[in-house]
Amino acid sequence: MNRRSFLKTTAATTLVAGVGLPAFAADEPLKIGFIYVGPVGDMGWSYQHDQGRKAIEEKYGDKVQTSFIESVPEGPDAERALTQLALAGNKLIFATSFGFMDATVNVAKKFPDVKFEHATGYKLADNLAVYDAKFYQGRAIQGTIGGRMTKTNKIGYIGSYPIPEVYQGINAAYLAAKKVNPDVEMKVVWAYTWFDPAKEADAAAALIADGVDVLLQHTDSTAPQAKAQEAGNVITFGQASDMSSFAPKPRVSSTIDNWAPYYNKRVGEVMDGTWKSEATWGGIDTGMVEIGEITDAVPAVVKAEALKLKDDIAGGTVHPFTGPLNKQDGSVFLADGEIATDEQLHGMTFYVEGITAEAPK
Amino acid sequence: MSIGGIDIVTLAAMLMAASTPVLLAATGELVAEKSGVLNLGVEGMMIMGAVAGFAAAVATGSPVLGFVAGALAGALMATLFAFLTQIFLSNQVATGLALTLFGLGLSALIGKGYEGVRPPPTAKLDFGPLADIPVIGPIFFSHDWIVYASVLLVAVVWFVLRYTRAGLILRAVGESHDAAHALGYRVVAVRFAALGFGGAMAGLGGAYLSLVRVPQWTEGMTAGAGWIALAIVVFASWRPWRVLLGAYMFGGITALQLQLQAAGYAIPVHILSMAPYVITIVVLVILSALHRHGVQAAPASLGKSFHASS
Repeated sequence: MNRRSFLKTTAATTLVAGVGLPAFAADEPLKIGFIYVGPVGDMGWSYQHDQGRKAIEEKYGDKVQTSFIESVPEGPDAERALTQLALAGNKLIFATSFGFMDATVNVAKKFPDVKFEHATGYKLADNLAVYDAKFYQGRAIQGTIGGRMTKTNKIGYIGSYPIPEVYQGINAAYLAAKKVNPDVEMKVVWAYTWFDPAKEADAAAALIADGVDVLLQHTDSTAPQAKAQEAGNVITFGQASDMSSFAPKPRVSSTIDNWAPYYNKRVGEVMDGTWKSEATWGGIDTGMVEIGEITDAVPAVVKAEALKLKDDIAGGTVHPFTGPLNKQDGSVFLADGEIATDEQLHGMTFYVEGITAEAPK
Repeated sequence: MSIGGIDIVTLAAMLMAASTPVLLAATGELVAEKSGVLNLGVEGMMIMGAVAGFAAAVATGSPVLGFVAGALAGALMATLFAFLTQIFLSNQVATGLALTLFGLGLSALIGKGYEGVRPPPTAKLDFGPLADIPVIGPIFFSHDWIVYASVLLVAVVWFVLRYTRAGLILRAVGESHDAAHALGYRVVAVRFAALGFGGAMAGLGGAYLSLVRVPQWTEGMTAGAGWIALAIVVFASWRPWRVLLGAYMFGGITALQLQLQAAGYAIPVHILSMAPYVITIVVLVILSALHRHGVQAAPASLGKSFHASS
């Protein structure tokens, strides 16, 4: 390309952008950026988001160009990473962890013509949408299996951070377990990390030493699975991803976050200009939450019960949070027959009645 | 035996296993720093040890070979550091930080194929009837051989540094490399050896993480253990037995914190998490107050570059 034609093209491009034609011409791919809180190789949460990114590439091929930044710490670093993606020309950016919330809000303000999507948060703006999956539905199924299968009547839960998403999980699992086994007790350990295999392994070991034989994790690595396997008589559930390499035991089932359909839908909307800022909360019914195969380590009766619960939740006839339901301190959360609204669940920062552990302050 | 819902025996057994990676790395770093080189690349060497050890153990089916490979990988990283800082006289702090970043990246690349793979198990040593002694049995006779080796290595390092000619030379190089050079000791060679040992120990610690403690490979799995090892060396004021104490205390508080939670105590997690660091700061303040009039605890030539011409 000689200098003259270069100048011409540049001028033409500027002109096109100037008169407000679609910013991306047919031959220019839509650039899409992702930031992940862990490494893509965590085999859990971030891995699953990256599967969603790959699904976009598969579906749209040359029409998109995706990139990602992994292991981004929650906090100021996230703002830097997001700004970097926006400056690199990405027109749609997915921030895939709760702790990226304020960083995403700030960066979205600075780049009004870039569209942002924040996972598991609740702050919206004109160019910032939020999306989340109803993980608690999966937890209810895990609680049912756990409540039926525990011999020590102790279920352990490795919490990450005390945020609504995690409280929903703990409470849903406990309520479902108590329904099938009134003697069940919930042990909670907060790891204060999303991803730290050694610490997660220690947390699992502490719970197992305390007599837990059903272990649920809200952290992203497979380290607790490995610890449970070592202990021998403990069952676990895959978190975010299937974690099937630990099947049939200790991993007896899993909750899988399937982001691909949502990501593909949103990319399509950006392309045809129908993208709107909105809050999406998908569950088992929309396929955003999938229940991984229940292995043969689970008795057939329990498996059937769990699958029925899954169908009932998907069909809307059962909601894991249905009154009468009290908070841990005995005050009323839901009246008899009342079903928790999404708003109530998004603000859930307490244990339900019956859980003896104290919530972190 | 249990106090306030905390099983002391389980806690003690857990803390020994939980502290081993940091103990190994800190002991190695102590030797390197005693020779007068500050290697901030512990984290990078550990994670390389973790991935190399894991890969070797999976490929050969032998955890022992895995540990050997982990130590070699750590030593190799340390040799790279030694070349840069001892031959090319690069800045030790910057090179150490670079080594950490390099190790984290390279290990992630090498480890891509090993995610979700399970390593061959490392058996616990069988002490026969000893393991059945109440209290003492589960605490002292229920571990794998690396746990015992790590304590033994602390003793060896202590003995060598204190009672042997080699240890004396190493310390001389660390205290005053010019004087040691004038006496005819080969400063650079001694430091290469000390760094290599430090790297091997860090690699061993990393391999323990991926082969025993977690056990699996995940990117970034050391999660700061190398930095804790560096802090412990300072906390221990460069003395081997205090390194053991410091490592077990760090490991102990981590294990205790999780056990307290499992037992249902509402303790402020953040306070316990920062406790080891607070204690380190307090110890440093006390040490510097004690040494006001004379000997500093750190080797006098720590972090200084040496060239025979100077």
